[in-house]
Amino acid sequence: MITVTDLRKVYQQGDRTVVALDGVSLHVDAGQIHGIIGHSGAGKSTLVRCLTLLDRPTSGSVAVNNQELANVSDSDLRTARRRIGMVFQHANLMDSRTTAQNVAFPLELIGTPKAKIAEKVNALLELVGLTQFADAYPAQLSGGQRQRVGIARALSSDPDVLLCDEPTSALDPKTTDEILELIKSVRDRLNLTVLIITHEMNVVKQACDSVSLLEAGRIVEHGAIATVVADPAGRLSQALLPMPGKLPVDLPAGVVLDLLYSGSQATEPVISSIARTFDVDVNVLAGSVENLGEHQFAHLRIQLPEGSDITAITNHLLANGVAVTPKEAK
Amino acid sequence: MDFFNDLVTNPGITRAMWPAFLETLQMTGISGFFTVLVGLPLGVLLLNTAKGGLTPIPWLNLVLSGVITNITRSIPFAILMLSLIPFATLLVGVSLGPVAASVSLTIGTIPFFARLVESALRDVSTGKIDAALVMGSTKMQVTRKVLVPEALPGIIAATTTTVVTLIGYSAMAGLVGGGGLGRLAYNYGFQRYDGTVMIVTIVIMVLLVQLVQLLGDWLARLVDHR
Repeated sequence: MITVTDLRKVYQQGDRTVVALDGVSLHVDAGQIHGIIGHSGAGKSTLVRCLTLLDRPTSGSVAVNNQELANVSDSDLRTARRRIGMVFQHANLMDSRTTAQNVAFPLELIGTPKAKIAEKVNALLELVGLTQFADAYPAQLSGGQRQRVGIARALSSDPDVLLCDEPTSALDPKTTDEILELIKSVRDRLNLTVLIITHEMNVVKQACDSVSLLEAGRIVEHGAIATVVADPAGRLSQALLPMPGKLPVDLPAGVVLDLLYSGSQATEPVISSIARTFDVDVNVLAGSVENLGEHQFAHLRIQLPEGSDITAITNHLLANGVAVTPKEAK
Repeated sequence: MDFFNDLVTNPGITRAMWPAFLETLQMTGISGFFTVLVGLPLGVLLLNTAKGGLTPIPWLNLVLSGVITNITRSIPFAILMLSLIPFATLLVGVSLGPVAASVSLTIGTIPFFARLVESALRDVSTGKIDAALVMGSTKMQVTRKVLVPEALPGIIAATTTTVVTLIGYSAMAGLVGGGGLGRLAYNYGFQRYDGTVMIVTIVIMVLLVQLVQLLGDWLARLVDHR
């Protein structure tokens, strides 16, 4: 479990005061994967550096399992850091060390006996599926394999929290899937709290239980995936289930509605139910359907012929748990 | 066939060459050893005390970088060597010979080597240093377990360059009483117009430098896993 409370970071850049983090608060329960998404310049990197205490936050607190990290003395800082395992965008492995030696690094730092290190390293390499690469150097591994080593290394100090900074941004789509699956399976086995900082909405779709949107140093939206998606006006919902912004110019006359619903909320097949109940032709203009977490979500843009009873249809949809947003008809 | 006959009869070659060669090795060896011994930590200090380094100490960095390293490097080696003769006498008790020459050779090469080490260490990506810090390394552990091992190929290349430079400087040291092949070439080749000794000395120097370079390259490749 990790709790961040009102984290602020202010830089002095010459005469300018830069507020990189403007009161970030978040809470993630043990066993949850939380995504923090934001564009470059939103404060992601600063947040990572403050969470790992590479930079001291100006104010606010970071607590792992109710143990405060941000306000400890310099001498306690190194022990405190071990509670957060970190995975980097470019893995940041030591090129002079083999896979096994890289994973052993955090254990060497605290003088773990050699036999214990070997035992633990073997277990971790098995966990990430790299047993046969124990003696390979990073230069001999693929990007995905390097990231697996990075994950094993992050886990070797038995952290409570796994902090992943853009873990898949340098990987191809297939490898991205594999790494995200690995993070999920590691979370399941070790009941870890996982924070994934990313700019890729795809990562949030695939791996996260909950998500925060970071913008200009603030968290502007946050919540469980199912909750944020269900708000059609929300920015995260629009990003998770995107819809084309403009209507086609050659669209015939009619009324356009955007429908948002989840497979579990809608009690009957939505489109055919409108068609049957109101005896209208329903034209689907655009849509996206995604499996997010355990639920399937659909965002559809439909067109109804002119003269349809829009009020009755809207009420019918709302009664069925479908969010309806009318679009400007052409 | 006079040349070949001269090769085996010339006393400059048959009697003086081997001791002179050993003196050159001795000078290069002693000064090489102490240059690495002092220059490596100095290079680490130059990097770590700099702004943005692991332990920024501006005044110390200014002293090490500005005063010692830059001033020493800006004095021509021949002049530095002459000016250090009294110091060498104080330190090793003699003002002549390879041991005395090694003192000025070492002092003259340390700043050069330290700068090379500093730039090799600077090539270690900050990501690796951050990773080590996040995993709970002390600054000493970052230096010993990350900075130096990761920069080792570069440090070995720097050492090779330094030893090659030392072989050259040792010849110059020979002229001001250090002995060695430099002295031999000067005494026989220059003052006695003995071309054979001159040529043989040059060949030996070239071979020696080649050997050091090959050895250094091989070692650097051995530890380079990038």
